[in-house]
Amino acid sequence: MVTIYEKKPGLSRRELLKRGSVGALLVISGSAVISPEHAWGLQTSALKPETMATLIQMARDIYPHDQVPDKYYAIAVKAHDEQADKDPAHKDLIEKGIADLDLKSGKDGYTGLGWEEQRVAVLREIEDTPFFQAVRGGLVVGLYNQKEVWPIFGYEGESYSKGGYMARGFDDIEWL
Amino acid sequence: MAAPFDLKNDGVVVIIGSGAGGGTLGNELAQKGIDVIILEAGARHEYEDFINDEWDSFAQLAWTDKRTTSGDWRVAKDFPNLPAWIVKSVGGSTTHWAGASLRLQEHEFKTLSTYGKLEGANLLDWPITLADLEPYYAKAEDKLGVTLTNNIPGLPGNNNFKVMKAGADKLGYKECHTGRMAINSEPRDDRNACQQTGFCFQGCKWGAKWSTLYTEIPKGEATGHLEVRPNAMAIKINHDASGKVTGVVYADKDGKLQEQKARIVAVAGNSIESPRLLLNSASSQFPDGLANSSGQVGKNYMRHTTGSVYGVFDKPVHMYRGTTMAGIIRDEARNDPSRGFVGGYELETLSLGLPFMAAFLNPGGWGRSFTTALDHYDHMAGMWIVGEDMPREENRITLHADIKDEHGMAVADVHFDDHANDTAMRNHAYKQGSALYAAVGATRTFPTPPYPSTHNLGTNRMSEKAADGVVNKHGQAHDIKNLFVSDGSQFTTGGAENPTLTIVSLAIRQADYIAEQMSAKSI
Repeated sequence: MVTIYEKKPGLSRRELLKRGSVGALLVISGSAVISPEHAWGLQTSALKPETMATLIQMARDIYPHDQVPDKYYAIAVKAHDEQADKDPAHKDLIEKGIADLDLKSGKDGYTGLGWEEQRVAVLREIEDTPFFQAVRGGLVVGLYNQKEVWPIFGYEGESYSKGGYMARGFDDIEWL
Repeated sequence: MAAPFDLKNDGVVVIIGSGAGGGTLGNELAQKGIDVIILEAGARHEYEDFINDEWDSFAQLAWTDKRTTSGDWRVAKDFPNLPAWIVKSVGGSTTHWAGASLRLQEHEFKTLSTYGKLEGANLLDWPITLADLEPYYAKAEDKLGVTLTNNIPGLPGNNNFKVMKAGADKLGYKECHTGRMAINSEPRDDRNACQQTGFCFQGCKWGAKWSTLYTEIPKGEATGHLEVRPNAMAIKINHDASGKVTGVVYADKDGKLQEQKARIVAVAGNSIESPRLLLNSASSQFPDGLANSSGQVGKNYMRHTTGSVYGVFDKPVHMYRGTTMAGIIRDEARNDPSRGFVGGYELETLSLGLPFMAAFLNPGGWGRSFTTALDHYDHMAGMWIVGEDMPREENRITLHADIKDEHGMAVADVHFDDHANDTAMRNHAYKQGSALYAAVGATRTFPTPPYPSTHNLGTNRMSEKAADGVVNKHGQAHDIKNLFVSDGSQFTTGGAENPTLTIVSLAIRQADYIAEQMSAKSI
């Protein structure tokens, strides 16, 4: 199970500034990644929360959908934390992969690169690595198989219980 | 009542596989009073158990046992252990199929004569003609309830079809309609009419689409002459010193090996598993595998020249609503070498849900070029290309040298390289599909690579001469007269049409032949 929970930030602006922040959106607090603006947090158990925050950014850069909130990318990469908890080799793959990504990105690391293009250029350098393929491959199901994101793309999912589309627009196209 | 037959009963016909070939053959024989056991590797899921969810359904129905791949086809890179998207469940791939039911064309039974010798292609004429098969096509169309045959009305066109039809008209295509589908457009054969639910590939929860699971199999069981044994994975076919087959060794639901004795064995496990089983049944008498004196078992693997074209429009389409494949253009199915290739192709509507679109639109793709396509998912229309591919000896199923399955049986390796004719045809179809959508205002089109194979054909080919193939014109092994092949692996060449109707027609014809031969005591 993915442990994503709604959380009121409860942090003052000053407190937020004192803590490490990733980009402009995500805040690291203890073992959690928190989105103060959107009131959700993600607890990590095996991976460093900083690693998780970078993974979330990386996930968005691999499959960028501007209309999809960070929360769903966080859910999609959370599986790596769970797998890392069970499998030290996987933990190593992800932690080293993220460390390498930061190294290749210059002094402020991957999330320090301001433009998606800059980050994508770094990803292109590593796209054949097992690390990149593990993250990308996991996202194909992890991101797009979340029922909550389907409506964002206009996909309606299960239809049998509603009697199919016989009376719900299977042939409602009007612009042809 | 389903008859449970004894393992030692050596008077039964044992069929391996319960799909279009095996399920049909089983019922046809049972209706004639012949005792039949169908060994099915998968479990039995009835249609109310099907799931309207792509990945969950895949986990329920798909054949996901390990296979390996090689060759230059892109599937080998993107899905190295999933060469085919077929089913392991009672009903086989008739649970998953789209329902398109087309007869092969006359020239497609005579490809060597029609196309001539093509370098790198192992073309051969079928030992039967369209005229031989026509009476059986008629029976099969009635059995399946194919729309636009037998006065059955066509299905209503959904949004995806309407886009295709508008584009077909603009391009001047003449033959574009919603048939011929083995999906009830009105209640028939005690089954519901289509409710335009989508999810045809996930098993029809209404039972409106023909599947052996809820037609042939229960009808056969009702005679008392058919037993379907699920979770029974065939491992080896045994034979006696005279070279006749005597029984089938299978792993039961607990993984325990059993032997079912048989008077006749019919192999119908799809074009990957059927040759795998024959090869795995090698003995000192048949060191290259059963029925393989020609050396053709496993060779000439065909998968149809496929691909998809998706188009994005500035207004919504909702292509996933309604029947997945009720829409076809047949104009390109003719043989017209002036296009730069022999043979032809069909264009058929297709849609995938968002999860599978993400997996199959451009496997391995990422970044905005990929994601902006998905951003317009509800503004997309889609079509599938299905055309005749060239048989090649090098394209083949072999037993993997090292990797074994849970029963210790070598897994199948699927090798496939495109022939230049396949590539030329696919490129032509990509161009036509893109032009069709552009003609209706598409702002972007995607030539999408082939999915893991759904039409697996040719690996136990039918031939006039024993030296050229594995089985004769009745699907009977040239080498062993009480061994039959009853699935698409007996296709000599693939044609441009979805193969199920032909598989069913061959099975009906084969049942007549087996019954005749049994009463004449020649087998």
